Amino acid sequence: MMNSHLRQLEDQSVYIFREAYKHFDNLAMLWSMGKDSTVLLWLARKAFFGHVPFPLLHIDTSYKIPAMIEYRDRFAREWRLELVIGQNKEALAKGMNPTLGRVECCTALKTNGLKNLIAEKGYQGIILGVRADEEGTRAKERYFSPRDKHGDWDFREQPPELWDQFKTTFPEGTHIRIHPLLDWTEINIWEYIRAESIPIIDLYFDKGEGTRYRSLGCAPCTTPIKSTARTVDEIIEELRKTTVAERSGRAQDEGRGMELLRKDGYM
Amino acid sequence: MKTASAKATEHLNIVIVGHVDHGKSTLLGRLYADTNSLPEGKLDKVRDICRQQGKEFEYAFLFDAFLEEQEQGITIDTARTFFTWQDRHYIIIDAPGHKEFLKNMISGAARAEAALLVIDAQEGIKEQSKKHGYLLSLLGIRQVAVVVNKMDLVGYRQDVFEAIEKEYREFLSQLKVTPERFVPVSAKLGDNIANKSANMPWYGGTTVLDSLGLFRKETSREQQPLRFPVQDVYKFDARRVIAGRIAAGRVKVGDRLVFSPSNKSALVKTVEAFNVEPVPTEATAGQSTGITLDEQIFIERGEIASREDSAPLVSTTFRCNLFWMGRHPLEAGKKYLLRLATREVECEVAIIHRIIDASDLASRETRTIVGRNEVAELTIRTKAPIAFDLYSDSEVTGRFVLVDQYDVSGGGIMTEMVTDEHTVLREEARQRDIAWVKGDVGADDRARHFGHRAALVLITGGRHTGKSFLARRLEGQLVADGRHSYLLDGANLRRGLDADMAEEDTKETVRRFGEVARLLIDTGLIVVSTTNAFGGADHQAIRTLVHPTPVIAVHMSKAEEAPPPNTDLAFPGPKDYEAIAAQIIAELKTRGVLAEALGAKPQFHYSI
Repeated sequence: MMNSHLRQLEDQSVYIFREAYKHFDNLAMLWSMGKDSTVLLWLARKAFFGHVPFPLLHIDTSYKIPAMIEYRDRFAREWRLELVIGQNKEALAKGMNPTLGRVECCTALKTNGLKNLIAEKGYQGIILGVRADEEGTRAKERYFSPRDKHGDWDFREQPPELWDQFKTTFPEGTHIRIHPLLDWTEINIWEYIRAESIPIIDLYFDKGEGTRYRSLGCAPCTTPIKSTARTVDEIIEELRKTTVAERSGRAQDEGRGMELLRKDGYM
Repeated sequence: MKTASAKATEHLNIVIVGHVDHGKSTLLGRLYADTNSLPEGKLDKVRDICRQQGKEFEYAFLFDAFLEEQEQGITIDTARTFFTWQDRHYIIIDAPGHKEFLKNMISGAARAEAALLVIDAQEGIKEQSKKHGYLLSLLGIRQVAVVVNKMDLVGYRQDVFEAIEKEYREFLSQLKVTPERFVPVSAKLGDNIANKSANMPWYGGTTVLDSLGLFRKETSREQQPLRFPVQDVYKFDARRVIAGRIAAGRVKVGDRLVFSPSNKSALVKTVEAFNVEPVPTEATAGQSTGITLDEQIFIERGEIASREDSAPLVSTTFRCNLFWMGRHPLEAGKKYLLRLATREVECEVAIIHRIIDASDLASRETRTIVGRNEVAELTIRTKAPIAFDLYSDSEVTGRFVLVDQYDVSGGGIMTEMVTDEHTVLREEARQRDIAWVKGDVGADDRARHFGHRAALVLITGGRHTGKSFLARRLEGQLVADGRHSYLLDGANLRRGLDADMAEEDTKETVRRFGEVARLLIDTGLIVVSTTNAFGGADHQAIRTLVHPTPVIAVHMSKAEEAPPPNTDLAFPGPKDYEAIAAQIIAELKTRGVLAEALGAKPQFHYSI
């Protein structure tokens, strides 16, 4: 059963999806196969009554955990999704990897991988699953957040956003990032996965070794947490008690990493 | 720590506002720290950073995430933070207090249900303290608790606190806002934030934390009259789904809905949903839903569905209160895009009645512009009629934003409908359409059989400009192409339908002409009309009577001249009637009136 708050979150996200679809001819959505962007995908199916009327982008850094790729291909088939895969082959050919610096690697393989794909396909709107409770700069985001010609985020001059009227007009060459999950917390995500029985990748569950992933990224920069949670119910129980930050297993968040990354267009 | 009463698993959005440097972010940081709500290690991490940079730790740094915010010691943009206390979940929005970031404050406050307004005890009530108070009332936030901060700097004196309370209560009473309570605190030292302060024994009220618990959840809009703004129409599969979010009231299978301003009407056949068992039969206020109708009526995004007996207002003109946050000043006479719920329409400011000074609520001299961060009382006129409510009757459909170039630049609430010159005819058309008795053949059936929708081609211009010649040529061409078209000349009504009338009663002549055009349109025809007797205002009256049928206005003149407003095609000088007729037919195609080609299955540009 869904509680009234989850229903409100769903209603708001669905409204945002429909506004995005109405206003942007060339729209796409990022899917990393993690819990957030999978909930996002589910909400798209809610908004459009079982259909997903725009392509899903996956920025493949080549360092993803193999199970994530299997999961991606399976549901792309089952849910009849249009999948577009982007990869910064040039940077990979030159040997980019996390040992050359985490921020540098994220910028090259993720940020620039995404920017290149946006430029190539001419997307005007990109839907992403970022949440305000993940870290400080995301707490200051808008539902519809403009990026300039270089894909950069001008956080000083964010558009006003009131009464569900969003920034949907913009100059040629710029694009808008759309964030339907902004008001959701980590626990809301899991409660919704439970309420809707969304098939989620099993890396989030402990399989007897006493560890599980709480946040999924590239294999070298994401570490599992100590946990014996084997089911969605157990994860929700665990989250109710924890005071450890969700992204504590994500290396890129150290120091001022995220502000610098996000200013330059990181998700 | 005391316990506060609150309902389990309830969620509430709170905004913290107030003048710059009065301690909003510090209050928020302290609230988290004193209730052990921070993630493990967060406090130490920020303390470490401060030590490295050689500056004193401040609680405000916990949420001012941008480097620039910490360097300048101010909040630039609102942060959404999540806080749980006594089984109630809060989203607390920390809004910036600096004048320069007023639009960010508004973005934050617009989604709140209650507000904490912070005033510095030492500095007292400042410009933004008042402006924020005023904007809260404009944004419809009626639950306000005032936090008088930095009491430590005034020696925790009761008289200082009481003087501020008295002055600010007086100010708010003019806005008809009654604050729930005033709380004296020191956010920096933790007095009366989560714990009762020993430094102010004279204060018998609640702490900030307990004040949060006393805010009430907004009541649902379910009991209000139905308002369902159409967001989109989907045809991903066999279903034709009208999608949208219910602003007020409820909708259920079998309800008769009226769409405004088109006045179309149909019954709700199903309520659609994905992965919901059992299939729902109704949807209520706040829900993003989808419905199908028993008839394929043509409706578009922006219309508002309601019940027949409680429909919204429809006009082109209304009075409003508006705050402006645009880069450029708002100018009377300039064109802006108005957005109300899902409707978008061009508009202009007809009259700037007065600029309201938020600090003393006095009206300033009349002006032709409204500057950034100013509030004004205006009359706005839209290019086409819009459906709306007064803000006092229905919030979601009683407020709007103005878009200047690419940016949302102003927000306003409707305070009064102003009748325009067509109000009477519009009301007539509305009553007539709602009560219209339909046969079993709908507009979509006719369109499918005829290969086109109904439309009105309105040919205007002075005497001897070839209007009537063009009208005949166009009718002939359309019929030759296999379309159903009819020439309606005003002269044909004069000896018959209008035989009982004195000739000078143009108003009634125009009304009858419009009603005849409306009847012909209902038969599915493309009506080509021309008459010498009517002027520009009359053409507007005819449009009002045939609304929402597509009207293509064609203006003919002997020489270059300014065509009447809303003209689609103008032809000055010598004419090639063949070519003009072809151009009008092309325009009918562009507007989706004509199917591309005639055949068994015409492809329409529009959805029917």
